[in-house]
Amino acid sequence: MSDLPITAVPPVARPRDEAVMKRPLLPLRVSGLRLASGGAALLDGVELSLAPGGCTVIMGPNGAGKSLLLKMLHGLLVPGGGEVSWNGTPAAQATARQALVFQKPVLLRRSVAANLDFVLKARGRDRARRDALLREVGLLHKARQPARLLSGGEAQRLALARALATDPEVMFLDEPTASLDPASVLVIERIVAAARDRGTRIIFVTHDVGQARRMADEVIFLHRGRVAEHSRADVFFPEPRSPAARDYLAGRIVL
Amino acid sequence: MQSIGEAFHLALSLVLSGEADLYEIVGLSLQVSLSATLLACALGLPIGALIAVSRFRGRGLVLIVMNALMGLPPVVVGLLVYLYLSRSGPLGFLGLLYTPGAMIFAQTILIVPIVAALSRQVLEDLHAEYAEQFRSLCLTRWQSIGALLWDGRYALLTVGLAGFGRAVAEVGAVIIVGGNIDHLTRVMTTAIALETSKGDLPLALALGIILLVLALGVNAGVQSLRMTAARQAHV
Ligand SMILES: Nc1ncnc2c1ncn2[C@@H]1O[C@H](COP(=O)(O)OP(=O)(O)OP(=O)(O)O)[C@@H](O)[C@H]1O
Ligand SMILES: [Mg+2]
Repeated sequence: MSDLPITAVPPVARPRDEAVMKRPLLPLRVSGLRLASGGAALLDGVELSLAPGGCTVIMGPNGAGKSLLLKMLHGLLVPGGGEVSWNGTPAAQATARQALVFQKPVLLRRSVAANLDFVLKARGRDRARRDALLREVGLLHKARQPARLLSGGEAQRLALARALATDPEVMFLDEPTASLDPASVLVIERIVAAARDRGTRIIFVTHDVGQARRMADEVIFLHRGRVAEHSRADVFFPEPRSPAARDYLAGRIVL
Repeated sequence: MQSIGEAFHLALSLVLSGEADLYEIVGLSLQVSLSATLLACALGLPIGALIAVSRFRGRGLVLIVMNALMGLPPVVVGLLVYLYLSRSGPLGFLGLLYTPGAMIFAQTILIVPIVAALSRQVLEDLHAEYAEQFRSLCLTRWQSIGALLWDGRYALLTVGLAGFGRAVAEVGAVIIVGGNIDHLTRVMTTAIALETSKGDLPLALALGIILLVLALGVNAGVQSLRMTAARQAHV
């Protein structure tokens, strides 16, 4: 095979070097991705390429298939057709190197701290990082509280901390600020931007146009299970090319 | 034969007098049934959890069989265990027959299906909620099972309780493998059966009252534990 990594492999591989030695996950290539349910096409031939680095924002009306697409890229859903290739690695084998912050966070029935402890331990990460992660998302003072008693915004922040705890190379965020107050929105955006600056590839779903402008290096506009537009942010916002994106940005109903 | 009221009166005074024989029987009952419950949980919870998180061919059949086994008749279990433990049986060398060990053995077999089937149900509901998150975190099957068992611990208390209730109340299995030997294998239910057939209703009733109070007490204890947990939103 011609596309093997050229990186020289050191004679003795220590666990710490593992990530360095692995072939990078990007670029991503998606071709002809389909998913149907009960005769209706939910994803209808998605074509997509993502380059390394930066933040891609996915926008589109409710039911466009954004959440389904994220789960497929993350290897949680098996497509009905087509292919997802993370630089040659199929989606299902890339899951462990990625993290997904779900639209509705699912937290364990334990304390805030124990939620992070569990993930750090299960994934063989340094348990001592827990407090730093909690501080980063502003939840250190809630460490002992049951996670189930967190407010919607706090739960989102804990879900974000949990995603960061696994040191993902790619982080998917599915409307992570949908129920947050404006200050918390900015906190989350800052954390995500910091992760991006550390080299984590960000794929971010949002309906908030202002947020999309702040975060996006490029925008994918999804409409009826297809990519209607994939442009750089500085092109998309002033001059969306697809009629659906134009209507969406203008606040008109897109069906 | 005494009137019912008279019998009740005698029974109550028996309970209150703290008679040694009576409390020996109660103690053995608790010892046998609690041991059986713990053993059944050690076996049944992992089985229930494993089935809850697994999808395989014939799973539906396994569920049907498991549910059917919940209704195992105690006398049949007693008979089977008797055959295994009798001198000529495969486990005869253990010399367990007519000892509390045999009774624990039989009750464990009786309630393992209850613990497995009920915990499967509880954990499957929990797993439905957690499954996608767990797959995103790439947890191993045993990590998932561990997390489900821990997070479902309060609901699983009720499962253990159901097993204990069945064990402590059954008579068919323990009487066959234990033999209802005085001071050795006599428990509440076998004593009640014996005393009733002998016509000693006060003793039978006294034991019956204690059995009821125990059942109520254990249930109340578990219930309040669950409510505390619910208040702390751990459930
Ligand atoms: N498991 C499923 N089975 C069948 N249909 C599904 C399933 N999951 C989602 N759908 C359908 O697929 C469509 C796309 O769903 P998806 O959750 O991806 O939308 P979305 O773009 O994320 O919308 P929103 O902005 O509201 O979050 C919806 O019409 C939804 O009803
Ligand atoms: Mg969605």
